[in-house]
Amino acid sequence: MTLHRLTIHEAHDLLRRREISSVGLTESVLAKMEQCDPEVRAFITTTPQIALEQARRADKLIAAGDIGPLTGIPVAIKDNICAKGVLTTCGSRILENFVPPYDATVVERLRKEGVVQVGKANMDEFAMGSSTEYSAFFPSHNPWDASRVPGGSSGGAAAAVLANETLFALGSDTGGSVRQPAGLCGVVGMKPTYGRVSRYGLIAFASSLDQIGPITKDVTDCALVMNAIAFHDPLDSTSADEPTPDYTSFLEESLAGVVVGVPMEYFAAGLDQGVEERVRDAIQKLADLGAEVRDVSLPHERYVVATYFLTSWAEASANLARYDGLKYGFFAPDARNIVEAQSKARGRGFGREVKRRIMLGTYALSSGYYDAYYLKAQKVRTLVKEDLDRAFESGVDVVVGPTSPIVAFGIGEKVDDPLEMYLADLYTIPANLAGLPCISVPCGFHEGLPVGLQVMGRPFAEGMVLRVAYAYEQSTDFHLQRPPISL
Amino acid sequence: MKISRAEVEHIADLARLELSEGEITQLETDLSQILEYVEQLNELDTTDVLPTAHVVVKGDVLREDESRPSLPSEDILSNAPRTQDGFFRVHAIFRKGER
Repeated sequence: MTLHRLTIHEAHDLLRRREISSVGLTESVLAKMEQCDPEVRAFITTTPQIALEQARRADKLIAAGDIGPLTGIPVAIKDNICAKGVLTTCGSRILENFVPPYDATVVERLRKEGVVQVGKANMDEFAMGSSTEYSAFFPSHNPWDASRVPGGSSGGAAAAVLANETLFALGSDTGGSVRQPAGLCGVVGMKPTYGRVSRYGLIAFASSLDQIGPITKDVTDCALVMNAIAFHDPLDSTSADEPTPDYTSFLEESLAGVVVGVPMEYFAAGLDQGVEERVRDAIQKLADLGAEVRDVSLPHERYVVATYFLTSWAEASANLARYDGLKYGFFAPDARNIVEAQSKARGRGFGREVKRRIMLGTYALSSGYYDAYYLKAQKVRTLVKEDLDRAFESGVDVVVGPTSPIVAFGIGEKVDDPLEMYLADLYTIPANLAGLPCISVPCGFHEGLPVGLQVMGRPFAEGMVLRVAYAYEQSTDFHLQRPPISL
Repeated sequence: MKISRAEVEHIADLARLELSEGEITQLETDLSQILEYVEQLNELDTTDVLPTAHVVVKGDVLREDESRPSLPSEDILSNAPRTQDGFFRVHAIFRKGER
């Protein structure tokens, strides 16, 4: 049985023609999971019973002729997206027993489409990290090399897709948490325009930056998942009331007439030479496909990490104030009063990285420092956004570059040097600060490990981003290469 | 910016975080180092720049003031460590006789 190797669109064709059943597909995925998850550790919770029950239901729908693009397709959901009745830990001790009484809007929609939920994917605690090493439970491993990280924070989700433990996954991306692990694992990951996908039921990290996005085996699958999850949701006041196009209609193999901008600031110190070569080859390929390639300048690129830090820490320290050990989560039985109860619950329930960021955010928002830190970062955020606005106004359709300056690093290598780990997010952060749609697509290998090409577009121009990613993907075979463990 | 031990303790208090001795020492170093990094933003003159707190600028989103079904209270309480008579049970906030 090799059904676990299928993409969504391949499985859909077979399901529609009744050549396979959702139960058969699900059993293949679950068998793969059982075989390789002890090594990959992509999941915090697996839900084989729910999956098989949903697969049986999907088969009934299909038998009745009621089949959509995702009916009967297995999905992994990052553990910060609420699924009713299924443990949702957010990678944290403070939520280790939290069972949401409701579905996130995206999960509810996927259920209506007839998907099969195979489990909740591992992540850095509260999505704060770039490696899954800050998961309170265990790190996930990169299926290309188990001694290396899969990236993060949606590292479990990306590893699960690469290892064929699911057909696709939903992750969340605050500063690159979908695209960076997709890049480091060699799969496709998209962060939609801010507001394109509902955040209702996504456990908040930094609310002005967070977006849910798909992690898939190829660009066609990404477009199919976007078709399902991009819609206006009245339960999220920042949800965009924009029409949703059929994203698959943008997938074409020519890039004639497309203008690709390459920021010169992206090719600077810190970028691994092997990664640079793969990305420059990919840009040449875009030109071969008919795109016009132009240099653009993003003069404030070197300030994006600091801007992101201050913005995300401040928002996180406010969002995480809700974990007081009263409504859910940890309770300290030895506390003598309410302040002690809260402080003990939070002190014991949060891990090292989350505490560090809450401390930094609290400091940046505290009396006397607000203007110097938080407000300053908001102003520089304007400058970063204006750089990108100018590039797009000059006629550029997409801005491309590396997803990550380095390939997957060793587990334990950077965990004690937070600053160095954070700096690796410099290419993914601008799309969050400016709210733009952005994808990572595999563009080759360096030292046997995947390199990701990042494509960023104008607000709500997911179609153009997908078009460029698809044309590139179809002219290469990088997306077809898989590590032995996934076969 | 060098962060002192007293400042770490003060911020931890504001953030309601009980920290161990080891954590306090580590945070003195980490916070000082990371804040020094972010201070590079001061190289930029932002006098006439408006802040961006959010990229979505559509103002308040209001809904009709109509009652709608909500989750049953037992579902809401199901994750609470301590409940009593359909409420969250918490420590007393006021002392007896205090208003």
